[in-house]
Amino acid sequence: MSTPPLLRVEGLQTHYFGFGGSRVVKAVDGVSFTVEAGETFGLVGESGCGKTTTCHSIVRLLSSSAKIVGGSIELNGQNLLDLSAKEMREVRGRRIASILQDPMASLDPLFSIGNQVAEPAYYHGLLRGRPLLQRVNELLKAVRIPSPEKRLREFPHQMSGGMRQRIVGAIAQAGNPLLIIADEPTTNLDVTIQLQYLNLLKELQAATNVALIFVTHNLGIVAKMCDTVAVMYAGKIVEKQSVRGLFYKPRHPYTKALLDSIPKLGTKEPLYAVPGQPPDLSALPPGCSFHPRCAQATDRCRSEEPGDKLIDGGGMARCWQADTQSQTRAQEAVNG
Amino acid sequence: MAITFDSVRSVATDARRARNFFRLLRQLPTVPLLIISILAFVAIFADVIAPHSKLDPVTPTSAQCTALYGAPSCPYLEGVPPFWSEGGNLNTPLGTDFLGRDVLSRLMHGARISLLVALMGTLVAGTIGTLLGVLAGYMGRWWDQVIMRVTDAWLTLPSLVFAILLLSVRGPGVWNVVLVLALVFWSRYSRAVRGEVLALRERDFVKLAEINGISKTRIIFRHLIPNVMNTVMVLFSLQVGVAVIIEASLSFLGVGVPPPEPSWGLMLAQERDAMMEGKWWLAVFPGICISLLVLSANMLGDWLRVRLDPQLRNR
Repeated sequence: MSTPPLLRVEGLQTHYFGFGGSRVVKAVDGVSFTVEAGETFGLVGESGCGKTTTCHSIVRLLSSSAKIVGGSIELNGQNLLDLSAKEMREVRGRRIASILQDPMASLDPLFSIGNQVAEPAYYHGLLRGRPLLQRVNELLKAVRIPSPEKRLREFPHQMSGGMRQRIVGAIAQAGNPLLIIADEPTTNLDVTIQLQYLNLLKELQAATNVALIFVTHNLGIVAKMCDTVAVMYAGKIVEKQSVRGLFYKPRHPYTKALLDSIPKLGTKEPLYAVPGQPPDLSALPPGCSFHPRCAQATDRCRSEEPGDKLIDGGGMARCWQADTQSQTRAQEAVNG
Repeated sequence: MAITFDSVRSVATDARRARNFFRLLRQLPTVPLLIISILAFVAIFADVIAPHSKLDPVTPTSAQCTALYGAPSCPYLEGVPPFWSEGGNLNTPLGTDFLGRDVLSRLMHGARISLLVALMGTLVAGTIGTLLGVLAGYMGRWWDQVIMRVTDAWLTLPSLVFAILLLSVRGPGVWNVVLVLALVFWSRYSRAVRGEVLALRERDFVKLAEINGISKTRIIFRHLIPNVMNTVMVLFSLQVGVAVIIEASLSFLGVGVPPPEPSWGLMLAQERDAMMEGKWWLAVFPGICISLLVLSANMLGDWLRVRLDPQLRNR
């Protein structure tokens, strides 16, 4: 491919510095991935494995104790880490937008829906006056808000959670972004509303060819939404594959463990849980950081850190035993 | 609507605007607005409507002099009671003070000074304090450190002593009292507002605005300040009362409004001894005026608080 991908994150390292720099938490440690236009990229993992920090790093909105210490983030070939604060503001909202987790807190209680949906487009000077109003109407219609002309004068407290999250979706679309980062957008919604919302996102994506980074810990949603999935563990991507590959042929023992922990209908076996706790990110175990919880860990895993192992079909896994293990799992999937 | 983005203001049609206007009219808090407007009217037109001079004693008639002192003429009548008491008359409806000056006229002129000092002093203090508080809370880092350390230090100063110090440097005078009240009281706002902002800036809607590339200035003025107005309003209406009292204390101590000028606080403070002699009207009337002002400020503040909250607005 000659043209650069829409987003290329290369060796991103974001660390949190506590106690005057004496305690370093490597929340994101050498993460690389690419997202193409119109693609949905899933980012999964346990709580505290660096998913959200990765997202915040992309828009460069980290808390003051965090710092991007290495790597690059390229949007259409331009490194975002080189941009000034002012240029970065242009990128946010116009190129990259976001949908956050809690629809109840994502809207300013004091402003009408119309004003909030209009704000990005208005602020970035894209539209004013009548055309802006029309655009707001269109956006609200696109996210299935009934009678938008009336709704845009109402306030967040008059909306249900699902409606609010749809409005947040409309806000994200307002600046015609190339990439939307959705950080667990459906966690706080009912299951039925979740499905509606995911369908809606798919539709919007088909209409605008926007790329999505989808952060979640719900593998069912990943299966439905994503084209490519990266599994994060302790600040690193341990496996990255197409959705199909990940579900049928997971290469990393952590991915397998995650897949095994999904409740299955019709069995009376107790639910499988990954043993142990995620490691302390400021004191990682030597070797592979997953080895204390890994059933297949060998001496090599305990002392040497595995590198990225490419798998055929364009994925990668970060495990010494990635190749040998795929076979058995595949058979299991077939037998089923 | 109280606050709208300029961006979608064109939404409202003329008919809608008119309807909103009438709805607003219906919901206006009649009593406190009436009191404040009367007080403001009296303050502005004190020169025209006051029946007597604010500084010179009322010229007594010879009948009054004979009745009181047994002499055909006298320079002034001291301590005439209000008109409904025995010995009172309608010429001086609320009586006269210890120098024979008309209490009603002095109250009217006093309204000018008291309203100015209390409202302006609190307004300036509130503006400074809110801005600094939002800056400290939102910008964080050294902004927070510098502003909040100054605020903490400021709060440790006893307000009255500090005000006396400042006024003895600046000299007495109405505008100096306003300035000093602002300088003394801003820290209360900045402390309360900073706390609110610390919570607000972690809310997702502020984060979302940041992710959408909205500048810090706009976030401060569009999202943070409207959201802390509730707290500020409540503080403001309470502080108006405090300001009137502080102004009275300062005047009483001789560093506030200079004595021949009438201010409610000063009148209240000066006539304490007279009250012991049974001349209650000298202290009670300015006291009533102060109470009315503070009460209507509180009620207006409460109304504004409700108006600014979309959840309570359209009930």
